[in-house]
Amino acid sequence: MQPSNALNYDYTVAKYFMFTTIIFGIVGMGIGTLIAFQLAYPDLNYLAGEYGTFSRLRPLHTNGVIYGFMLSGIFATWYYIGQRVLKVSMSESKFLMFIGKLHFWLYVLVIALAVITLFAGVSTSKEYAELEWPIDIIVVVVWVLWGVSIFGLIGIRREKTLYISLWYYIATFLGVAMLYLFNNMEVPTRLVTGMGSWIHSVSMYAGTNDALVQWWFGHNAVAFVFTVAIIAQIYYFLPKESGQPIFSYKLSLFSFWGLMFVYLWAGGHHLIYSTVPDWMQTMGSIFSIVLILPSWGSAINILLTMKGEWGQLRENPLIKFMVLASTFYMFSTLEGPILSIKSVNALAHFTDWIPGHVHDGTLGWVGFMTMAALYHMTPRIFKRELYSKSLMEAQFWIQTTGIVLYFASMWIAGITQGMMWRATDEYGNLAYSFIDTVTVLIPYYWIRAIGGLLYLIGFFMFAYNIMKSISSSKPIDREPVSASPMAA
Amino acid sequence: MFSWLEKNPFFFAVFVFIFIAYAGIVEILPDFADRARPVEHKKPYTVLQLAGRNVYIADSCNACHSQLIRPFKSETDRYGMYSVSGEFAYDRPFLWGSKRTGPDLARIGNYRSVDWHENHMKDPVSVVPGSIMPAYKHMFNKNADIETAYAEALTVKKVFNVPYDIEGMPKLGSWEEAQAQVKAEAEAIISQMKDQDVKDAFARGEIRQIVALIAYLNSLK
Repeated sequence: MQPSNALNYDYTVAKYFMFTTIIFGIVGMGIGTLIAFQLAYPDLNYLAGEYGTFSRLRPLHTNGVIYGFMLSGIFATWYYIGQRVLKVSMSESKFLMFIGKLHFWLYVLVIALAVITLFAGVSTSKEYAELEWPIDIIVVVVWVLWGVSIFGLIGIRREKTLYISLWYYIATFLGVAMLYLFNNMEVPTRLVTGMGSWIHSVSMYAGTNDALVQWWFGHNAVAFVFTVAIIAQIYYFLPKESGQPIFSYKLSLFSFWGLMFVYLWAGGHHLIYSTVPDWMQTMGSIFSIVLILPSWGSAINILLTMKGEWGQLRENPLIKFMVLASTFYMFSTLEGPILSIKSVNALAHFTDWIPGHVHDGTLGWVGFMTMAALYHMTPRIFKRELYSKSLMEAQFWIQTTGIVLYFASMWIAGITQGMMWRATDEYGNLAYSFIDTVTVLIPYYWIRAIGGLLYLIGFFMFAYNIMKSISSSKPIDREPVSASPMAA
Repeated sequence: MFSWLEKNPFFFAVFVFIFIAYAGIVEILPDFADRARPVEHKKPYTVLQLAGRNVYIADSCNACHSQLIRPFKSETDRYGMYSVSGEFAYDRPFLWGSKRTGPDLARIGNYRSVDWHENHMKDPVSVVPGSIMPAYKHMFNKNADIETAYAEALTVKKVFNVPYDIEGMPKLGSWEEAQAQVKAEAEAIISQMKDQDVKDAFARGEIRQIVALIAYLNSLK
């Protein structure tokens, strides 16, 4: 078969995951906005009894956004990109189609169970790995199904060479599989003793070791969910949308293998000045700084893909989303290493600078890229124009403002907090009690919450735009070559 | 070499995996045996304390409170002696946290009383004006899960050789013995509390979550 006779790609599973990306995005970001307001205005903690407190909702927010929104986005793009770069349709294999659907439904089951158990306060307490053991097992099954889908599709491919995006999807699959398995090793107490709760477990590791494994996971889940898989997306969607080839193959190679080689060391930077051995803290710090090279390698490679074509930035909001995403990626991967320098870490650790840092990466880089990917896919999957270009423009600016408010307020809050914690008076006594360092931050918490709200509003505009594109936009008869068609 | 890998997905995946995995082996494994050794006089948690620890985890107290004092003067002045690895040898999971919206709790047992904790959970602002912590009133109405805590203690004793039931260490004993001990420990705390509902419940043989939580917080020294 000639690749040019347009294979009939089957986007059923991609569509499913597109919808969950939007739904879980709204839920996750909605809870995030609520808990941001709770910090500024604590009375909001009592909307739903014990189930509405900040502490119960916070894991729900992180899990909802990471595993609900971002992971859905990753799966949606995989079921779209995978077929296209491998030149094979899902409909050619009944088996892979079945795996894809099973993957989706089990995934939805996991998210539903996660919501119920986290609301109920069932948690292992390990950040981004709070789910208890029975759910962990289903997570592993979901992940294996995704692996079958990746390697199955690769197995029946027509295109011999694996495109860059596939390298990154494979790395996401392998990296998360390893990290998740080791970090979630736990002993179910009921199975050992025959008593107590069925769902309770104890960690296989204790104390410092547990912390080591947790942050090896925690940081690198960031690597393989927030970074690697999102690079996979931009390496496909930016060239497609702009009609420009990737700037440099060599730079792609360097940054991919460099990222793989260096990233896992950086987890140690979460444990600087903790009780893990000094050499490990130092390695965590050094490797975090080395990490600038492969991260900026990818980002520069992506940005230079637009070389000579910057005019597109003016006409096409999709390009704008993607270029801003890469810029935030550069920004965030510079900020991270700075935070890993021991003296900076001494000030910033445990403060609001850390959520600030996380959010300029997640809102700016991951969020923008995921939305851009869905915008690009919609006309090609549903064969309709994007509903409104001006709505997209408005969304872009509202969300960008939101991000700036978010990280700027959190920088100031974090540095203020860190400085106040260590401030002493002329006799060398602590100058402030802890509560002084809390109440002084309230104005910044308001600014952050408003920033978050703007981003959420932008996300609603996005959801509306996609919904209208699918339901009532102008049909297109031929797939667009590059720039996505959109109404004026 | 790289272009060959890109045409051979199996070997590509193997290479990627090696590139990812080596760091974990170099970084994590060498330290495992050493860091698991408890400091002298460190005791495993009693069943009531474990039940309280599980309440602490269920309500994600660690989202806002750390339990790790870093070796800086400002921290040792504020919270006490900095943390050392062996103190955490019985902590499964560790609860260092990653953000301090509230103060560190690693040694809170040294400077807060039962009475203070009771008021703090009921109405944080009453003891710390300006506090943004939510009240945790449900802890006064719900019972602690003692059976699961006992199962947890028994599990770590069996699987990880945590030293219960030896001289100078907490006694675990049978389920009946453990219950009696939990009751005695709870009584000592409840006698210092004011909440009538908690007292009445105890008289009926129920132990509220708040009692277990205070037992746990008092053990942090």
